Amino acid sequence: MSTATLEKPAAAAATDTILSLNNIEVIYDHVILVLKGVSLTVPRKGIVAILGANGAGKTTTLKAISNLLKAERGEVTKGSIVFDGERVDKMSPSELVRRGCIQVMEGRHCFGHLSIEENLLTGAFTRRDGNAAIKRDLEKIYELFPRLKQRRNSQAGYTSGGEQQMCAIGRAMMSKPKMILLDEPSMGLAPQIVEEIFEIVRRLNDKEDVSFLVAEQNTNMALRYATYGYIMETGRVVMDGEAKMLRENEDVKEFYLGVAEGNKKSFREVKSYKRRKRWLS
Amino acid sequence: MSDIAAQPAPNLLGNVWVKTGLIVVGLVAAALIGARIDPTGTIHNIFVDPFNQMVQAPDLLAQTIWEGLVSGVLYALIALGFVLIFKASGVFNFAQGIMVVFAALTLVGLYEKGVPAFLAVILTLGVMFALAVTIERVVLRPLVNQPDIILFMATFGITYFLIGFGEAIFGGNPKQMIAEQLYLPKGAIDLKILGGIVSLQKIDIAAAIIASLMIAVLALFFQYTRIGRALRAVADSHKAALSVGISLNQIWVIVWFTAGIVALITGIMWGARSDVSFALEIVALKALPVLILGGFTSIPGAIVGGLIIGIGEKLGEFYWGPLIGGGIESWLAYFIALGFLLFRPQGLFGDKIIERI
Repeated sequence: MSTATLEKPAAAAATDTILSLNNIEVIYDHVILVLKGVSLTVPRKGIVAILGANGAGKTTTLKAISNLLKAERGEVTKGSIVFDGERVDKMSPSELVRRGCIQVMEGRHCFGHLSIEENLLTGAFTRRDGNAAIKRDLEKIYELFPRLKQRRNSQAGYTSGGEQQMCAIGRAMMSKPKMILLDEPSMGLAPQIVEEIFEIVRRLNDKEDVSFLVAEQNTNMALRYATYGYIMETGRVVMDGEAKMLRENEDVKEFYLGVAEGNKKSFREVKSYKRRKRWLS
Repeated sequence: MSDIAAQPAPNLLGNVWVKTGLIVVGLVAAALIGARIDPTGTIHNIFVDPFNQMVQAPDLLAQTIWEGLVSGVLYALIALGFVLIFKASGVFNFAQGIMVVFAALTLVGLYEKGVPAFLAVILTLGVMFALAVTIERVVLRPLVNQPDIILFMATFGITYFLIGFGEAIFGGNPKQMIAEQLYLPKGAIDLKILGGIVSLQKIDIAAAIIASLMIAVLALFFQYTRIGRALRAVADSHKAALSVGISLNQIWVIVWFTAGIVALITGIMWGARSDVSFALEIVALKALPVLILGGFTSIPGAIVGGLIIGIGEKLGEFYWGPLIGGGIESWLAYFIALGFLLFRPQGLFGDKIIERI
């Protein structure tokens, strides 16, 4: 374990980075400190997972990047966020979408009263490249998600959870993103559907060169598809590493994969474990 | 025994329609029986006599319904402005009524200052746009994420600001709408039908046509354009709309401007039928019962609700008003609305809440 965790994250420095968070702090309502210095990087065309239990700060991290925080009275008070070589921590969500960074929110949030097709088309709201291009991309989405094509005229509110998740991802794809922030895609879905969704993520990553930052509680599934993972607890990154390394790590196995024996529930309770703060400035 | 009796009864009465139906049947039966027993008394006057009158003089009935229809269309237009803003920004815009007056006043005021009529219309549209931008910047943006009631109170502020501002600039005297200069027709058409004469004011016909056109245009705009789709998306979920990159600020300006256009057209039509003054505000408040009837989130609801209230209050005034010395028109609408609140609080066409469990 020790050698693996101390190894420098290869992705950060070596390859081209699309997103990097540098020691960010998030405060809600001016008083509640939720993120206490989170740093992470996503390589271009990579799939990176943020793992952790409820309330660890995964969603807040994603919202800090997409800047949906402001609508919930949250604020990034420290640190910097760089997307595609540009500081973005003061940008509005719509400016970010235009630059190619879009979030798919937890719980999908399709527009229930709009049809599936209209949902997809709203994803193209920020685009300025004309109807023909949008139409072409719509067909492409239907190729990727044949189920959506079947249901194109049904109200999104009446489709199944899996279809809504596909709709939300498809809607995000319609904005021609370079990167998708995917929050808890497995929530409330049957294991088979979760697998399908992650296969789609892999395909989009492979064929459309979209980078993914996925927040997931389903550690097992996320580590099978991601190349790199960060584990968060109470607003901090407590561990990170290559997905393969994390999968084999004894502590991760015990706390998140439910494999090993024992009563310890988190890194905090492991006396020997030293919280790594080497990224903190 | 009590068990057997208790079981099915609550189920049957639990159904609103069954309950309403029973009440209506009961009332009608009571009325007929009462009228039979006492052919000249109050019950006869309320429940039988008005209908006799309607059958005996169908031309009067047609005239009354037409007048109700026209004011109903205008109520519908005002309600439409409310619905637009409520759906897109979740704000119940108390100022919608005063926006109607303000738009009409601006138009007439500009004309009186020597601006040609059609240029004045364009300038007024400009003023309404400026108003939309100002409201978004000064009121909505700083108050975003505050509780709904605070935004509602803010629209009260807007209302009284507009009244004061309008009076300061254009004066408080009633003004004549520039109907002729805008080529709105004058006079009446007399139809000889139903054994009598039904007289239709041309301006009323124009109002009905223009209102229908505008509603159709709005419906198409909402259904088929990129912005219209975005507006519906925002109405559905603010958060999701933000996440796909729809700028709420931009949408709010568009919506308030659209409501401003609706207000201007309503103001022109209404002003042409009476005159332009802040007294119109009372009329604008009639949109409240219309909204309760039609549902706060439904455009067809606003239209149907407007027609029901318009026709209902004219019929009430004409046939039942004399029984209590007239004046029904001013409160009947609220009375109908109250009845609706008791039985169908989401209105006739209120949004179905789609929830998957």
